[in-house]
Amino acid sequence: MDKKIFIEPLFKNNPVSVLVLGICSALAVTVKLEPALVMALSVTIVLGFSEVIISLLRNTIPNRIRIIVQLVVVAMLVILVDQFLKAFAYDVSKQLSVFVGLIITNCIIMGRIEAFALGNKPLPAFVDGIANGLGYGIILVVVAFFREFFGSGTILGYPIIPAEWYIKNGGFYENNGLFILPPMALILVGAFIWVQRSIQKELQEK
Amino acid sequence: MDTNNNTYTVIYATIMVVIVAALLALASYLLKDRQQRNVELETKQQILKSVKLGGDSENAPDKATYIESLYAKHIVEEKIEKEDETLKLYICTMDSGEKMYIIPVHGTGLWGPVWGYVALKSDFNTIYGTTYDHKSETPGLGAEIATPEFSKQFEGKQIFTNGVFKSILVVKGGADPASTNQVDAISGGTITSKAVEEMLFKSIEHYLEYFKVAADPTAKADSTVVLTPNSVNQ
Repeated sequence: MDKKIFIEPLFKNNPVSVLVLGICSALAVTVKLEPALVMALSVTIVLGFSEVIISLLRNTIPNRIRIIVQLVVVAMLVILVDQFLKAFAYDVSKQLSVFVGLIITNCIIMGRIEAFALGNKPLPAFVDGIANGLGYGIILVVVAFFREFFGSGTILGYPIIPAEWYIKNGGFYENNGLFILPPMALILVGAFIWVQRSIQKELQEK
Repeated sequence: MDTNNNTYTVIYATIMVVIVAALLALASYLLKDRQQRNVELETKQQILKSVKLGGDSENAPDKATYIESLYAKHIVEEKIEKEDETLKLYICTMDSGEKMYIIPVHGTGLWGPVWGYVALKSDFNTIYGTTYDHKSETPGLGAEIATPEFSKQFEGKQIFTNGVFKSILVVKGGADPASTNQVDAISGGTITSKAVEEMLFKSIEHYLEYFKVAADPTAKADSTVVLTPNSVNQ
């Protein structure tokens, strides 16, 4: 199996910064680092398994209803996972409940199933799913890191900026409220794409 | 086989939908009892949290039994029968013998329901503690109402200002520290913060009549408020 299937989605062919898929959820869950990590993990798992299932079915799926079939498989997986978590890991499921809807609508999942799982064997499809999930996770973590640090002065909920630095305690520092709002996520994703394009010259249009 | 054939497509779709529906129904049927138990346990834990009990439940060897026994020991559920509605009230007897009155509050946030429990001291004015939770508020913004940092602000605040019921105001841009009924809103979570404010006012409002009677049994309320004790194990 080609190593590229795993390596490329992490940076060189990243689903968010190069394919520009899954932007919506990248904006929604990156205010704090913790939900971003949970979301990245959930997408990686769902993407890996739905690619395997679609890949196994790929020769039987009628072409005209293939999108519906994909959607049903993804939705079923997400609901099943959610039901099991509610029964056996209630605390985790409470954290995830918000993300369930976002996972189903994540364009990366439909995009990778269309582009990869329909034309490849189950094992490469699984690897492709995991790698794209991780690539998505990298962007989420980078964006969430900056947003939580500058917006709330914390990392994973732990205060980083000393309390006495804040203006309300007689210091000089104040958190930047813009980082908490959704536009900043878009600006940060834009900045990431900018950096990546300066490194990878072949991405630049002539 | 021709997978583009109409008959094949229809049969494929039908079989797929039936299989998926059966799987989901089966999962839901098998897991329902467990899920229900988790939800009930969660409610009990939240009620206990509003009076600052059960915080050490994570360290207990069996969390479920620990919560259940703590709940049975401290909390009594009561129903307040009013003319057109039945209100729930949880009365907690602390280890010190002091009684706390826990009011369940419900409202609507930005994306879905928000709810919580407000524990009042026996003066029916001072808040002893609160807990809030939500179904689907935005993580990092509205969802912050469920954090202890947010609910802690309510401790010691008073729902009456100069003898008038004003509830608690959730103030955008910073509460006045000297005020007895203001707390800070969540930056970026204004709609959810306002939802909490509205929920507190609307939910607690219904209990005012009961408070009046309970605080001073000799003063008869305008309408008939009947308190019927209920056993915990119903």
